Amino acid sequence: MFTFAAKFGGLKLYLKMQKENILKIFLACLLMVVSFSTPAISQEHDQHPEPEQHATHQESAEHDEVGAIDTEEEVKEYIDHHLQDSHDFTFFSDAETGAHYGFPLPIILWDGGLKVFSSSKFHHGDEVVEADGQYYRLYHSKIYKTNAEGDIAYGEDGFPSNERPLDFSITKNVLTMLLVSVLMFILFRSLATSYKSRTIPKGFGRVLEPLVIYVRDDIAKPNIGKNYRKYVGFLLTVFFFIWILNLLGMTPLGVNVTGNIAVTFALALCTFFIVQFSGNKDYWKHIFWMPGVPVPMKIMLAPIELLGIFIKPFSLMIRLFANMTAGHIIIMTLLGLIVVFQNWIAGPAFFGFTIFISIIELLVAFLQAYIFTLLSALYIGMAVEEHDDHHPADNEDIPVL
Amino acid sequence: MEKLVNDFSFGLFFWQLLILIVLAFLLWKFAWKPILEALSSREEGIQDALDSAERARKEMQNLQADNEKLLQEARAERDSMIKEAREIKEKMISEARAEAQNEGDKMISQAKVSIKNEKNAALAEIKNKVAALSIQIAEKVVRHELSSREEQQKLVDDMLDDVTLN
Repeated sequence: MFTFAAKFGGLKLYLKMQKENILKIFLACLLMVVSFSTPAISQEHDQHPEPEQHATHQESAEHDEVGAIDTEEEVKEYIDHHLQDSHDFTFFSDAETGAHYGFPLPIILWDGGLKVFSSSKFHHGDEVVEADGQYYRLYHSKIYKTNAEGDIAYGEDGFPSNERPLDFSITKNVLTMLLVSVLMFILFRSLATSYKSRTIPKGFGRVLEPLVIYVRDDIAKPNIGKNYRKYVGFLLTVFFFIWILNLLGMTPLGVNVTGNIAVTFALALCTFFIVQFSGNKDYWKHIFWMPGVPVPMKIMLAPIELLGIFIKPFSLMIRLFANMTAGHIIIMTLLGLIVVFQNWIAGPAFFGFTIFISIIELLVAFLQAYIFTLLSALYIGMAVEEHDDHHPADNEDIPVL
Repeated sequence: MEKLVNDFSFGLFFWQLLILIVLAFLLWKFAWKPILEALSSREEGIQDALDSAERARKEMQNLQADNEKLLQEARAERDSMIKEAREIKEKMISEARAEAQNEGDKMISQAKVSIKNEKNAALAEIKNKVAALSIQIAEKVVRHELSSREEQQKLVDDMLDDVTLN
């Protein structure tokens, strides 16, 4: 991690000296590789298990919410479960009785026809559900097609090879997103209407207004330029959406929305499309026929630049996902260590650690929302920028990272 | 990576995309747009207020400068008026003095003339009287001469001694 940071710093310095687009792209590529490898390493432990091991996992998976969680394996299992989306909203479970306190959520499947039923039918993965002659089973928070006995076959990679229906269920994450959307709508609608009666908002609007101004003046305006108005709506939405979801991840509700690759993918995809559709002539020219460099270089640069188009939103996706996942893993691991060790020294020590990391995570929650929004604004800004060729120092203040 | 791919939930992706687009649209229409408009109109209002305050300040300054100028002018005018008045006064005095001098001179010369005239008249009268006296004397002398020559001479001498032409 330290060498990582050092590399970072060195490159940044180098970049400052050169201030050339090509370098930025190289840097972006490098970053991509690095940010890629980080989650990959953390997952290696999980990828290794052979099918046989998975079978034992299956055993524990069925009980992971039933028995008390006090061993290393169980804690790992529990964290894994927590990081994933869930088809019911469980606040907590009673280890002794195996009772879950929460509420089920609707399951919506598209499998040759729309199938809707309540997730309570799965009994937290214990039972196989039959719908219109098809059997479904909830296994590791995912729904698989199965037979009446609920058999799960494993592929070579150690993952279940059973077919999966298109799952449009209102899962825990979807429900959270909906609630956050409603919350955001209520908050900002009330702020908007408060301007009708008075020019200065009161109450909670006083908190929200500076944030809105912050996003507008410090993220959108300097990075996009004079056409910022078109994009500021998206940036504001994304910023508050990510931030609130990140913060909700810190609550005991135990939701992990932004640490989900599908969510960050959707967010990054929006940025990707906005950037591509708002790209002007200059933008495409700089990609396919870079002005100001010799022809062989132009040919060399075109594929790199083209790759850059995809790498940029990809880095957005991975960055948010990896950061939030890492935060959740760390906090839950520290909490897990308390129950693993179960003594009077480790307990308070890890409790203190958890608080420390939680405070950092609060910062990270904001930081990641900020970075995502900032970089989105930056990419949009690059696409709509009116450049004159041979720009020597005008992009000095554009951070790449 | 395989785990990531395996974990990728298309349903979640679908919902996220849908929610995000709908949310962005709704918020833009009902929240961001009015908020940003209100903010920019407020900022414009503040800017306007500041500008007009600046203008007022400048005007005030101009006004003050004008006042100062007027005051200066008034002062200068007053000074010049005083100076003028002084000049006039001096001129009047000198004129009056000159006139008085003239008049005096004139009067003196007139007096002199009249004195001269009087004197001349007096002399003429005296001459006349002397002549008359002379005639009288001559008459008397003549009468005496007739008696005695010495007597006559003595008389003439006495007479002449008596008469002094003063």
